[in-house]
This record gives sequence, structure tokens and C-alpha cells, in this order.
Amino acid sequence: MSIVAAAPTDYTAPGVEEFWQPLIGDGAWAITRPMFLMAFSIILITWWLLATTRKKALVPSKGQMGTEAVYGLVRNGVAKDLIGSHEFMKFVPLLFSMFVLILVNNLFGVIPPMSYPTMSRIGFPIALALIVWVVFHVVGMKKHGFIGYWKSLVPSGLPKGMIVPIFILELITDLFTRPVTLALRLFGNMFAGHILMVLFITGGWYMLTSGGILVVAGGVTWIFAFVMTLFELLVEFLQAYVFTLLAALYIAGAVADEH
Amino acid sequence: MTGNIAILGYGLSAIGPGIGVGLIFAAYINGVARQPEARGMLQPIAFLGMAITEALAIFGIALAFVFKG
Repeated sequence: MSIVAAAPTDYTAPGVEEFWQPLIGDGAWAITRPMFLMAFSIILITWWLLATTRKKALVPSKGQMGTEAVYGLVRNGVAKDLIGSHEFMKFVPLLFSMFVLILVNNLFGVIPPMSYPTMSRIGFPIALALIVWVVFHVVGMKKHGFIGYWKSLVPSGLPKGMIVPIFILELITDLFTRPVTLALRLFGNMFAGHILMVLFITGGWYMLTSGGILVVAGGVTWIFAFVMTLFELLVEFLQAYVFTLLAALYIAGAVADEH
Repeated sequence: MTGNIAILGYGLSAIGPGIGVGLIFAAYINGVARQPEARGMLQPIAFLGMAITEALAIFGIALAFVFKG
């Protein structure tokens, strides 16, 4: 902070406006860079899945092995463990698509030609969180019936006076807190991580080009930018995993026999 | 020095959840270290606890941007 403050004042720190990058058109209906990246990621995932599974073999090729490892992580590590071996299979396609879509879009944040994490625009995580929100309520209502589902929010065996407050708390959690935090967690991590990387890289570049003693500081900043990029890789993978895990957890809670 | 006090508010709102998430995963690691076969049972509890605890920090960053003006 003090280094940036000591520099001549024509350096502006990156802000929210860095993320507004329209490609075609302008205003509310513009085709923006994240929209393009989202479409590109879908093509990429489709190509990857088709290419690695077209020639299925008992002794898998390298590509098939990689795909199976990712699928196995979601199927066994997330869905089977959390939802239970009874009815996890029908949620695996949803969870797998979400995991892969979020992972690829997050990884775009550190892969040079793309260099933009799609999920740092709030609209994309909101859409994903809404899908999860609708799915876990609908499967819960299908399982327990409409009245039974809301009843199942309250654990049995509570004293009478506690039922109403607990029900209200659970209602707020289920209807409001869960979808909002699911979307904002993903958005916040991608947004903050990317802005930090932009700050380190552009700040380092500014100091390197301004000469004098600042060149040393700029070099150190760029080393930090490299470290931050590696850290971002970890965060991007972790956030895709956490999103899938929580989606599975919410579904598991809705279809569980006892809430 | 110029800035926005809403960002300071976000810093404050992150203290509690930070401690809370730390405590949750400390307990989770402890539990798994003592009884590795209980991992499958402890993991959903730990992550659900994390999701609820972290919610406060996430509301904090959302409100910091809302009240940025």
C-alpha cells in the first residue's frame, strides 16, 4: 500500500470496472467477454467429453482415465458419500455438469488467452445457485409431499415453544441464506482473487517502468503475482469442489428421511 | 487518505467467521485424526457448518459493495 502511495499518482488501482468488457454492443444487451467465455467453455467441455469417451475401452486410454478420475471424484467423493448409495445416481449428472462447468470457467481466470474468470460476474453464479435451489426444494417436496416437506424442516422432539422460532430460522436458511451464500461465495472468491492478481501485475508493471528504486519493488511484486497465480489455481479448484459439495449436501438434506 | 468505511466494515465482519471456520476445521481434522473411518460422517457436518458460518462474511462483502455508494 505504502509503495503504491509513494509512486507518482497517475497509477489507478483496478476496480469493479475492470470486469465490464463488452465485445459487441453496449449497455444491458451487450455481448460481453464472460458470455463469450461461457459459450466457449461449453464447446470445450463437450469436445473433451466426446473425445475421451467415444472409444470406451476396458483398459482405458490416458484421456479416458482423466475423465473417469473427474467423474469418479464427483460420483463417489461427493454424491455417493453425501446423498447415500440409495438415490444418489439421479443427481450425479447435475452435480458432474456443475463441477466441470464451474471448474473450467474458473480455470479460465489463469489461462492466458482467456484470463477472465467467468464467475466473477454475479449473473453466472446466481443462475447456477438458482438451479440448485429449485432442484433441492422440488426433490424434497416430491419425496415428502408439499406439507410434509415444510414439516420436515423442524427436527422432531422439540419442546412446543421452540417449534415456531426454529421453523422460522430454518425457513430463512432454506429460502434465503442457502442460495444467496452459494452464489456469493463463488462470485466473491473469483472476483476478489482476480482483482488481487490484476493489482499485483499492473502495479508491478507500473513500478518496473517508472525506474529508480521502484524497479526492485516491481520485481518483488511480480514474484508475488506468480505466487498469487498458483494460489488462485488452488482456490479455483476448491471453489468448484465446495459448490458441488454444498449442492449435494442441500439435496441430501431435502431427500433425507429425517431432517 | 481517502477510502470507504464500508470496506473497513467488511474487514470487521470477516473476523468472526474466520475464527469460526478455523474452529470447525480444527475439530474436523482432530476427529478424522482420531478416528479415520468417521471421515464420511464428519465431512458433511463440517462443510455444512462452514457454509453457515461463512454466510456472515459473505453478507459482509455483499453489503460492503451495496453501501459503497
